[in-house]
Amino acid sequence: MKNRHKKIRKLTFLSLCAAAAILLSYVEALIPPIFTAIPGIKIGLPNIAIIFILYRFGLRDAAVVSFVRLITVTLLFGNTLTFMYSFAGALLSLLLMAIIKKANFLSAIGVSVAGGVSHNLGQILIAMLLLDTAEIGYYMIILAITGIISGIFIGLCGNFIIKRLPENKI
Amino acid sequence: MNFQESKNSKKKLKNDVIFILVLLVAVSALGAIYFLAREDGNTVTITVDGELFAEYPLDEDCTVEIRIGENLNVLVIENGKAYVSEASCPDGICSAHKPIYREGESIICLPNKVVVTVSISGEENAPDIIV
Repeated sequence: MKNRHKKIRKLTFLSLCAAAAILLSYVEALIPPIFTAIPGIKIGLPNIAIIFILYRFGLRDAAVVSFVRLITVTLLFGNTLTFMYSFAGALLSLLLMAIIKKANFLSAIGVSVAGGVSHNLGQILIAMLLLDTAEIGYYMIILAITGIISGIFIGLCGNFIIKRLPENKI
Repeated sequence: MNFQESKNSKKKLKNDVIFILVLLVAVSALGAIYFLAREDGNTVTITVDGELFAEYPLDEDCTVEIRIGENLNVLVIENGKAYVSEASCPDGICSAHKPIYREGESIICLPNKVVVTVSISGEENAPDIIV
């Protein structure tokens, strides 16, 4: 009985996180782009939720929430094209963040920086694949730098929430 | 326990800073190599959805309509530079792009799948491999 109670608690909490991630995606879509000439520059607000789950629950739950967010956001605001870009970015960044977290030599900030850069890298790779051109690769130089900056910000936010919500309080 | 933990997290923060700095240096080095190593190109290549659409010399002024179905991009070649003057795509990123003229520079319209690239063509500058 106790075990079941615990499971329901976890499910509810993860659902809340997914809802927060979806809402953060929406908030991010409301922010006007800084440079219209360079697409793909994003803060990556939903990653706050994903990074938090990665630290508190692990890769499996983070992947599930990330995927639920992706599907919902695609159905609400996106199309197949945006889905492919987001999926590639989310998959690569999640895997890299999990590996770096496991290596245990960086804090949530470093993990999130790696996540931000690899998210952009995933999107560039899928753009190379879809457009059949390597030329777009030079975008990566700019996107890597903005990815680092937004990664630091997201890492700080994530760190804050990870500290405020310890394991025994969930 | 608490002391140990805070010591550990301080060490991780230091690692974070090193990690970020290494990333930044690596990216800037790549960027510097990329931007410094480029020469002015003489040919503009247009591909649509990965397939060759047309090729034009950069030294002759002209206007090209790239019309695929309902998608339209207008490419203008002027004074040895190429730019997109008009486009049907919703974001307008390609038409906001600055004129390109150096080898390897490109204007990419994701919605219309149009890629415009500057290259150097000619016998001695022929690429070794076309990827």
